[in-house]
Amino acid sequence: MFDFYFHLPLWIRMPAQGLAVILVLFPLAAACSMAERKICAWIQGRPGPNRTIPPWIAWVPVIAPILQHLGVFQLAADGGKFVFKEDPVPGHVNKFYFILSPILAMIPALTTVAIVPFGAYLSEGRLVPIMLANVDIGLLAVFAVSSLGVYSVILAGWASNSKYPFLGSVRASAQLISYELSMTLSVLPVFLWVNAPGGHGTLSLFDVVQSQSQPGFLGGLWFIVFMPLSAFIFLVALFAETNRQPFDMPESEADLVGGFHTEYGAFKWSLFFVAEYCHMIVGSGVFVLLFLGGWNPLPWLPLATVADWLGLAGIPLAMGVLGIVIFLGKVAAFIFFFMWVRWTLPRFRYDQVMKIGWQRLLPLAIANLIFYALAIAVIQK
Amino acid sequence: MAVVPVPRKPLTFAERTYLPQIAGGLWTTLKHFVGPKDTMEYPEQRPAIPPNYRGVPTLVFDPHGREKCVSCQLCEFVCPPKAIRITPGEITSDDPAAHVEKRPQEFEIDMLRCIYCGLCQEVCPEEAIFLQNQYSMTGLSRAEMVNDKQRLYELGGTLPDAHFKWDKKKAAEEHSHSH
Amino acid sequence: MSALLFNFLAVFIVACAAGVVLNRNAVASALCLLLSLVGVAGLFVQLDAFLLAALLVFVYAGAVVALFLFIIMLLDMQGGDRKPFTGLTLAAGTLAFLLLAGGVFSFAAHARLPATPAPAQAAGASLQNYAELLFTTYLLPVEVVGFLLLIAMLGVIVLSKKFEPELEPGAGSQKPDVRSQMSDAGNRKPEGSQEIPNHP
Repeated sequence: MFDFYFHLPLWIRMPAQGLAVILVLFPLAAACSMAERKICAWIQGRPGPNRTIPPWIAWVPVIAPILQHLGVFQLAADGGKFVFKEDPVPGHVNKFYFILSPILAMIPALTTVAIVPFGAYLSEGRLVPIMLANVDIGLLAVFAVSSLGVYSVILAGWASNSKYPFLGSVRASAQLISYELSMTLSVLPVFLWVNAPGGHGTLSLFDVVQSQSQPGFLGGLWFIVFMPLSAFIFLVALFAETNRQPFDMPESEADLVGGFHTEYGAFKWSLFFVAEYCHMIVGSGVFVLLFLGGWNPLPWLPLATVADWLGLAGIPLAMGVLGIVIFLGKVAAFIFFFMWVRWTLPRFRYDQVMKIGWQRLLPLAIANLIFYALAIAVIQK
Repeated sequence: MAVVPVPRKPLTFAERTYLPQIAGGLWTTLKHFVGPKDTMEYPEQRPAIPPNYRGVPTLVFDPHGREKCVSCQLCEFVCPPKAIRITPGEITSDDPAAHVEKRPQEFEIDMLRCIYCGLCQEVCPEEAIFLQNQYSMTGLSRAEMVNDKQRLYELGGTLPDAHFKWDKKKAAEEHSHSH
Repeated sequence: MSALLFNFLAVFIVACAAGVVLNRNAVASALCLLLSLVGVAGLFVQLDAFLLAALLVFVYAGAVVALFLFIIMLLDMQGGDRKPFTGLTLAAGTLAFLLLAGGVFSFAAHARLPATPAPAQAAGASLQNYAELLFTTYLLPVEVVGFLLLIAMLGVIVLSKKFEPELEPGAGSQKPDVRSQMSDAGNRKPEGSQEIPNHP
C-alpha cells in the first residue's frame, strides 16, 4: 500500500520524514506542557486552566465544554503567545551563541526520535518495526545524539553572560555527564540478555522488544520484572538526563531564578521548553521499549497474538495503528509518572545530586552489571 | 531555659535510600490528584459572605423612604484616606422630611481611595452609611470608580430602622406645641 | 552524491579544525572542535561504520568536549588577549605542515593501492565483528589501554587529592607554634609591662 513512498527519491523522503517528526513532536510536546499544568493543578487541588475557548467553537454542544475544561484551547493560546510576543535579546549577551543555543536544543531532541521504533506490523509472517531509521546500533545512537543536548544548556548559560544562567549551565554540564555513565551501564544487562550467544549482535531497540515477545516464561517477561535494578537505575538517570525534578539542577527556580534560560523569553524560551518535553517523550519511549515491553499490551501477550485474536494480523495498517496506540499509551502513562514525581518531590541539593550519581548509582550499576553477567551466563548456558 | 539535647537517631538503610519516603509522597499526591478540588469557580460560584462583612460603603434609606444621611460630614472628617466628599444641602420646607433640615446635595466616595476600614459606618450618628456585602467594584476609568450619591443609594437600598429618631423628634415637638 | 558529501565533510572538518586554532575565544574553539568531531563522525557514517560514528559522538562530542567547556567555564578563561600565533607555535606549525605535506605527497606519488572494486560491506560495520575482534585479536591491546586509563585515573586522584600533613602528629604541631610566636611578637609590650610588677 505504501510501496510508492519507498520508491520516492531520497531527497523527497528525508525532508518529508523530518517534517513529520516536527509536526508530530511539537504538538505532542505542547500537549505535554498542558498535561503538566493540569496534573500539577489536580495534585494541588485546583481545576487548572479551564476557561479558554474560541467563541466560534463554544456553541458545539457536548465536546466543546469537555475540551474547554481540559484546557485544550489554552494550549493554542499559549502557543500563539509564544510566537507573537516580543522576543528581546538582552544587551549584555553574546548574541550569536545566545540565539544559537535554543536552536541547538532542538536538534538532538528531534533527531533521537528517528531511531526509536514506535510500532510494528506483520509483513509476510515477519514483524517489521515502524521507525524512521532502522540502524543496528539503535540505543547507542540515541545516547550519542541525546548527549549533545548538554551543549544547548551550556551555551545558553555561557552566552547569557550573567551569573544565574552561568551557574545553571555549569551544574548542567557536570550533572548530565555524571549520569550518562550510570545510564549506559544500567542498560548493558538488557543487551547481554538480548544478544544471546550465536545471535547476530545488535543494539537495536526493536530487537529488545522482540526478545520480550518470545514464548516461554522468561521470553515473555518484561525486563522491568526480570531486571528491576537496571530499570530503576535507568529511571533515575533518565530523570537526571532530562533535567526533571528532583534533578532539575540546571533550572532550579528557587535558587537560580530560571537557571540556564533565565535571560530567555518568548519563542526562544519555548524552544527550550519543547526540547525538554521532546527529551522526556523520547526518554519515556526508550524506557518503555527497554523495560516495559514496547508495543506488547501485557507480559506474555505479544502484539502479534492480540492482532491474531482481533483478526488484524493480515492488515498491516490496522496492526501498525494498534501497536502505535499501545506504545503511545504506555509512553503517556510514563510521562504522567514524570509529572507525578515532579509535583511530589523536592529538589535534591547539588552535592546530593553528585553524591547519588557517583557514589551510589554508579557502583550500583556496576554491581548490577556483574551480577546479571554471571546470572545470564548461568541461565543461557 | 534548660537545653535538652535530643539524640539524633542515625537513619536506617531504608531511609537513606529515600525510596519509602518517595513512595509515601507519591501516594499522598495521588490521593490529592483524584480527590475533590478546593477551588471555587469564582464568577459562577460566589463566596458565602459572613455577617458584619465590610464591603463597599453605601448610603441607605430608612423604611419610610427618607434618606438617612443628614450631611453632618463626620464620615468625611474621619475617613483616613479622605475618600469621601460631601456637599451639604438644605431640605426645602415643602418636603415631608423638612424637619430634618439637611441632606447631602452631593455625596461622593472615591473607591480608588477607600480602604474599607469601616470608620465611616462606625462614626455615623444617623446609621446612614453601611459597609454592605458588595465586594467587587470595577470600572474602566477613574471617574467610574467614584460612587456618586445616586449610585450609593442604589447600592445601599433600604435597611430596617429600630429608632425612627427624626419621626420621634417631630412627634415630640408637635406634642409639646399642642400643650 | 557520496563524493559530494565527502568533499563537503572534508572541507567542513578542516575549516572547523582551523577554527579551533584560530579562535581567540576558548569557548568558540571548543565548539569548533565539537563541530569537527561531528564531521568526522559523518565520515565514519559514510564508511558504514555506524558504531564508530556513534561512539565518537557519544564519548568525544558528548562528554569530552562538554568537559572541556566545563573546565573553561569553571576557570573563567576569557582569552580575549591571547594571540593565535607566537613565534614558536608558528615555527612548529610550519614544520608540522611541511611534514604533513611531504607525507601526503610521498603517499600520493609512490603508494599504489591495488585497484579493487568498492568494498561491498566494510568488515567492521556490524557490532558482532567489532566485538569478536576486540575480544580475540585485540584483547591484549584493549586490556593494556584499559590498564593505562586506570593508571591515569589513579594518577589524577593522587595529584588532585591533598594529603594533609597535619594528620601526622609531628607536622601537626607546626601550626600552633607559629601562631604562638606571632602572638608573642604582637603582645610583647603588654606582657612585658605585666611582668614588671611581678619582678620585685
